[in-house]
Amino acid sequence: MRIYLDHNATTPIAPLVVERMIQAMRDVWGNASSVHHFGQQAKAALDEARGSVAALLAADPSEVVFTAGGTESDNLAIRGAAEALEPAGRRHLITSAIEHEAVLNTMKALGRRGWQVTVLAVDATGIVSPDRLRAAITAETALVSVMHANNELGTIQPVAELAEIAHAQGALFHTDAVQSAGKVPLDVHALGVDLASIAGHKFYGPKGTGALWLRRGVRLLPPTSGGRQERNRRAGTENVPALVGLGVAAELARQKLSTEGARLEALRDRLEAGLLAAVPGSVRNGAAHPRVPNTANLSIEGVESESVLIGLDLAGIAVSSGSACSSGTLEPSHVLKAMGLPHGRTLGSIRFSLGTSNTDADIERVIAVLPPLIEKLRSLTSVGGRK
Amino acid sequence: MSGGVDSSVAAALLAEQGHDVIGVSMQLYDQGQTTAAGQKAFGTCCTIDDLYDARRVAAAIGIPHYIVNFESQFGEHVVSNFVREYMAGRTPIPCSHCNSDLKFAELLDRATAYDADRLATGHYARIEQDAGGRYRLFRGADNSKDQTYFLFSLTQPQLARAAFPVGHLDKETVRAHAHRLKLGVASKPDSQEICFVPDGDYAAFIERKAPDALRPGTVVDGAGQVLGGHGGVHRFTIGQRKGLGLSSREPLYVLEIKPDQAQVVVGPKGALDRTHLTASTVNWVSGLAPSDWQPVTAQIRHRHAAAPARVRAHDEGRAELEFDAPQTAVTPGQAVVFYDGDEVIGGGWID
Repeated sequence: MRIYLDHNATTPIAPLVVERMIQAMRDVWGNASSVHHFGQQAKAALDEARGSVAALLAADPSEVVFTAGGTESDNLAIRGAAEALEPAGRRHLITSAIEHEAVLNTMKALGRRGWQVTVLAVDATGIVSPDRLRAAITAETALVSVMHANNELGTIQPVAELAEIAHAQGALFHTDAVQSAGKVPLDVHALGVDLASIAGHKFYGPKGTGALWLRRGVRLLPPTSGGRQERNRRAGTENVPALVGLGVAAELARQKLSTEGARLEALRDRLEAGLLAAVPGSVRNGAAHPRVPNTANLSIEGVESESVLIGLDLAGIAVSSGSACSSGTLEPSHVLKAMGLPHGRTLGSIRFSLGTSNTDADIERVIAVLPPLIEKLRSLTSVGGRK
Repeated sequence: MSGGVDSSVAAALLAEQGHDVIGVSMQLYDQGQTTAAGQKAFGTCCTIDDLYDARRVAAAIGIPHYIVNFESQFGEHVVSNFVREYMAGRTPIPCSHCNSDLKFAELLDRATAYDADRLATGHYARIEQDAGGRYRLFRGADNSKDQTYFLFSLTQPQLARAAFPVGHLDKETVRAHAHRLKLGVASKPDSQEICFVPDGDYAAFIERKAPDALRPGTVVDGAGQVLGGHGGVHRFTIGQRKGLGLSSREPLYVLEIKPDQAQVVVGPKGALDRTHLTASTVNWVSGLAPSDWQPVTAQIRHRHAAAPARVRAHDEGRAELEFDAPQTAVTPGQAVVFYDGDEVIGGGWID
């Protein structure tokens, strides 16, 4: 049996989600914009899904815009808000150095087109400090985007405090909540944000689905033009079966949020403590708290994560590290680099991200398999006479 | 697995024989750095397209496939040596270093860590173990595709862990296997150039890598008379005729390169003939250096018909070789490989 510990990359789709999607694909094929029966059927399915997604965010359904994933939600939020606020003379954007590429590269793209972009540094805890935002923000700042939970470390950012700072200067606040949705309770109003992105496949829903929540009254100039779907904010005929799947996944996630969170946290803590004890030269990356319950990120001295990942996969254990480049090789994590960790530590990082399928036995197996693998990788002396 | 037909068939045959096979491709250099601005290195060895081909083959034969990033090791063991050698007026063979210092060193280490018994490649070469337990290295059965010239520096421990599943086949048969196994790469052309210089322009590559070390100099004849100028000794190789920028009645060839004086000596073709050479960093495949002159055939270039000679070992990994008949363009930096029939006795780097 293979052990999957890469749930922050993606999750297996829940059986009920598959079932309801198949049903929708077969039976709910109408265009949700149509007036007739078939359109009404599709519209009703979308409304139901929208309600479920809104419930996951403790938000109102009318504020949920469906997208094709987290990346699109981030683009819509950042580009849409930047464009909408440009006439007001706000051409400054702020983000953090540990964001997902969907945010970082969107900011960079706007930077090339004349927006001023500030990237906030983080310290070795992997948490964005409110003081840094206070120092960077100006009256020209249009939007601040800081993620809710970091995908590599799991660290939860002080979003409520950061949003308050943004609002004091009249700026909007966006949070990429892709890695926290379904893992910790999310209440967009309690967080005080204006925009929040989520992605279905991170909580047992289908890939190619996502949503952007935006507070009523926030204006966007969407980057895509076309029909008037999603209240003029996301043109294009809705992918009804996929969004039905997103809705079901959101509902399931909400129902078992607290029980599953506690279960995963206990497993994660055992895994982390077990490995730190069993592997000499291992260290946790990022703050232990606050953190999503399923993620542990360790660096292991004297080995490269690439060789550990392959060795673990051959032993039937799937984990990850850094981000894959186009050829499929690994690059040192920009998140760990931003934390100022030494080069060796960024090269040897492993991310374990747990999910519903994981059991006590999985954790025991990883704790049994990894230490001897590390020992072997460390002890290699080349038969070619080199090291 | 380079994404080429040979390593693809090697993997497929092993899998077909029931071995537990792990596919590995090496990412060796950043594509963006290989060619001049604006050019793309598509379609040559180890580009993203080749990695894609390797992945497709692995999926087709049902084995796992991983890409290992050896960019820094490749730069250290292979590319920097390549640049250094050209700057020193020598003509290097990066493929040999890649085999002995990377594939059968770093990659073999990885294989060991993953409990793999052997590291198999698509080389045209054969390994046999004799009654005494010693490993012997032979030319590939398809002599026209033989790659032992690039494998002479493998040692006994390396050979013990190596496997060349297509070494006993000819190219036609390898392609037939690829077609039979419906591998997408069956008709893919062989790679020709050095993989990290896909456009074949070594001089331009050296100039990009070591722009500060370039030193213009002179082209002189055998008597030391200056015939012209040049942009750096890295632009020349022994026996070269084209690109000298000289006009003369008889064709002139590069006879000698003197990096210290940034001087390139040219002369008539006949002056390229040599019967004697010495070599360094010599590897005797058996692990035992011959104590006295030993008759061999010796090959001084990849495309050189091995010629009768005798060789003897000297101290500190050196060797001395006498050809029975003069050979054209003995080139420092190239390998000289000693054979007994099809068997590789050893080899070294020409001084």
